Amino acid sequence: MSQQNFTERGMAVGLRALNRLAGNPLIDRFGLRDPAQRMLYGASKATVRTATRAGRTFAATQKLSGPARQPRTGRSDLFDLTPDEEQQMLRESVRDFALAKLRPAAADADARCTAPDDLLTQANELGLTMVGVPEELGGAVAERSAVTTVLMSEALAQGDMGIAVACLAPAGVSTALSLWGDADQQSKYLPEFVGDNVPAAALALLEPRSLFNPFELRTRARRAGGGFVLDGVKSLVPRAADAELFIVAAETEDGTPALFIVESGTAGISVEPEPAMGLRAAATGRVILEDVKLPAGALLGDGNHEVMTECVQLSRLGWCAVAVGTGQAVLDYVIPYVNERKAFGEPISSRQSVAFTVANIAIELDGMRLATYRAASRVDQGLPFAREVALAKRLCAERGMAIGSDGVQMLGGHGYTKEHPVERWYRDLRAAGVMEGALVV
Amino acid sequence: MINLETPRKFEFLVGQAHQVATEIFRTNSRKYDGDEHSYPKELDMLAAVIDGMNEGGALSGAGAAGVGGGNGAKAAASGTRNASNIASLLGLIELSWGDVGLLLTMPRQGLGQAAIAAVADEEQLKRFGGKWAAMAITEPEAGSDSAAIRTTATLDEDSGEYVLNGEKIFVTAGDRAELIVVWATLDRNQGRAAIKSFVVERDNPGLILERLEHKLGIRASDTADFRLENCRIPKQNLLGSPEIEPKRGFAGVMQTFDNTRPLVAGMAIGVSRACLERTRELLAEAGVEIDYDTPPHVQVAAASEFIAMESDWEAARLLTMQAAWMADNKKPNSLQASMAKAKAGRTATDIALRCVALCGSIGYGEGELLEKWARDVKILDLFEGTQQIQLLIVARQLLGKTSAELK
Repeated sequence: MSQQNFTERGMAVGLRALNRLAGNPLIDRFGLRDPAQRMLYGASKATVRTATRAGRTFAATQKLSGPARQPRTGRSDLFDLTPDEEQQMLRESVRDFALAKLRPAAADADARCTAPDDLLTQANELGLTMVGVPEELGGAVAERSAVTTVLMSEALAQGDMGIAVACLAPAGVSTALSLWGDADQQSKYLPEFVGDNVPAAALALLEPRSLFNPFELRTRARRAGGGFVLDGVKSLVPRAADAELFIVAAETEDGTPALFIVESGTAGISVEPEPAMGLRAAATGRVILEDVKLPAGALLGDGNHEVMTECVQLSRLGWCAVAVGTGQAVLDYVIPYVNERKAFGEPISSRQSVAFTVANIAIELDGMRLATYRAASRVDQGLPFAREVALAKRLCAERGMAIGSDGVQMLGGHGYTKEHPVERWYRDLRAAGVMEGALVV
Repeated sequence: MINLETPRKFEFLVGQAHQVATEIFRTNSRKYDGDEHSYPKELDMLAAVIDGMNEGGALSGAGAAGVGGGNGAKAAASGTRNASNIASLLGLIELSWGDVGLLLTMPRQGLGQAAIAAVADEEQLKRFGGKWAAMAITEPEAGSDSAAIRTTATLDEDSGEYVLNGEKIFVTAGDRAELIVVWATLDRNQGRAAIKSFVVERDNPGLILERLEHKLGIRASDTADFRLENCRIPKQNLLGSPEIEPKRGFAGVMQTFDNTRPLVAGMAIGVSRACLERTRELLAEAGVEIDYDTPPHVQVAAASEFIAMESDWEAARLLTMQAAWMADNKKPNSLQASMAKAKAGRTATDIALRCVALCGSIGYGEGELLEKWARDVKILDLFEGTQQIQLLIVARQLLGKTSAELK
């Protein structure tokens, strides 16, 4: 039994007790409800914080003489929206998997706040963690291809965004290590991500506060004893309790945000479940770092500001991709519904207000998709992409959320119930406007 | 390979169009906005220059005449084509950035040529190609509902002529064009299938100019209302097939729109880019810098709003490029053409009006062109199918509904 399951069972028992307590008329009669609620809140905070998973030992089996990088694709000279054959094949196989496996499992995974292990294993078999890894380190794709990752992420999210994020989180780490890791870091960690037993892993950027800005972090890294000491709290980290490896963003003493490789077994790290409005299948949690001592070699990308900037941008693009996939799920679900649902003696889609809403979902979704593809394609071609990422992100956050809301609206009261997935997509799509980190394309 | 950058082979074309837009359109923007109905003679010389360029190939795609089947360009090794539809679009975006009213009254560049290109046969292409052609579709009682037009065309067997009777309004460049493409029905009892397009020479005595409209914007461009009174034209001036084929229905004449809607979307993109660029400069003067990495909620509100506008602009632009690219590759694109037109029309209007508000009295006053662009841009959400018509087309396609099922 993994620790996660143990924690879960503990929580389930606790929740049953809570339910009995809450339903007990005696606590109202004796004026105990408020103190009881305060006590329960404190108790849940105290009891659910756990140590991180001990994790495997990462060790280099082979020394690299220098870091390996995927070469860029050359610049293309033609406007073209056709994915290449490899991309089409990957996209189709991922989409088939997403619709056949993720979609049926989604409601239960959402309710249980965890993605089924067998699905995570099967997703690894699709090679998600290998797309961003250079071929000489066992990667699957010859050239740098953010577009391929975008296409696969989009297809996966068409099944379910929460499970997709759980599946994609380790790929975020393997891509980050491939892009910015030095020879030692790559040879130590990457072999595990191209093997049969891919570790749970996550890029932890977000922090728990309003008006969060990823370039102004409160998690601090100070130099000590030839290495670093990290203190701070990271928020909404996918699969936090299961993760064996984190990449953590922290501000160094000169005020620069930087990325650190943190093994889950390191002393001073603990996790707390942090379930949210959506992405519940991703088992989001807080990662708490208290006096966490890291070796000098834990610093990724030499602490360059450009590395952090690129990481934030590529992560935003990842959230765009899953928002596009989820938006497509909404559109595909809503069309047959409004055609079949009858009111006033005819399908509700015969009314312009309904039909135009569907048209606008499709229009905005296609705009989101094209903006995302453009930014990703610029990444692959080595062109500047800050602006294009920002525009895609803004569209996916705002228009994506509107699609989530319209999806529920089209089903009326039925959309508000768990009988239909649109309420989940509504909750999930808000993530595109909130999340930073976790995914890297 | 997925790539959404503007192809480098069009850089020269775009650069030339940009020069024209800067040197000729912008410098005359105010003049012809104020002096509605006076003929912008500066454009005659320009048109001659562009004709010269056409032969040299540089600006050959910059007008509406270039749209159509994507002929001429060979597919590259990857199998995709970037040809006349994309070239025309890029040229029009650039010229509209200069002044969309002047663009609409550029000699020999009217949208009527797109209608001719879409349905004309070889002989007609030879006769009408290269001329300035306007389109006459709308009637006082038939706007968006173009199937309801009442203008009739009756064949006079003896003379071999069609005789046209009816009333046409909102004919862009109608006074100045050499040819008017008139939509008329061969038989009002046979509905859409009987509607055909006919080429009428501007100096035909049966084509009577009733008046020129006074408008909110695009005042450099004349908008004419005509009466057709026993207007006789050779029967060879009917574009496409004279047969009434109920199965083909409206397809013949409507297919024009698949090619022209992305162009109108392109105009919207050009005008709104002008708004964004100028607003950005004025915001910079006010000390607001646009930073793409900082999250919107920690930006200055004006910067955040600017990025929001720019993101919608980008979506509109890419949707339009997609529609043009599909036309170049002979993929059916009427869904994407209408999606592009819907998004671009409303986005551009929204952007132009917000830019005016952001820039305050400077934006609202005539000292800047922002207020003019905000007036000009509205037409682009109206002609070639209003916003609502585009949404109907998109919705019918997505929902699998006929025009009878979704009204």
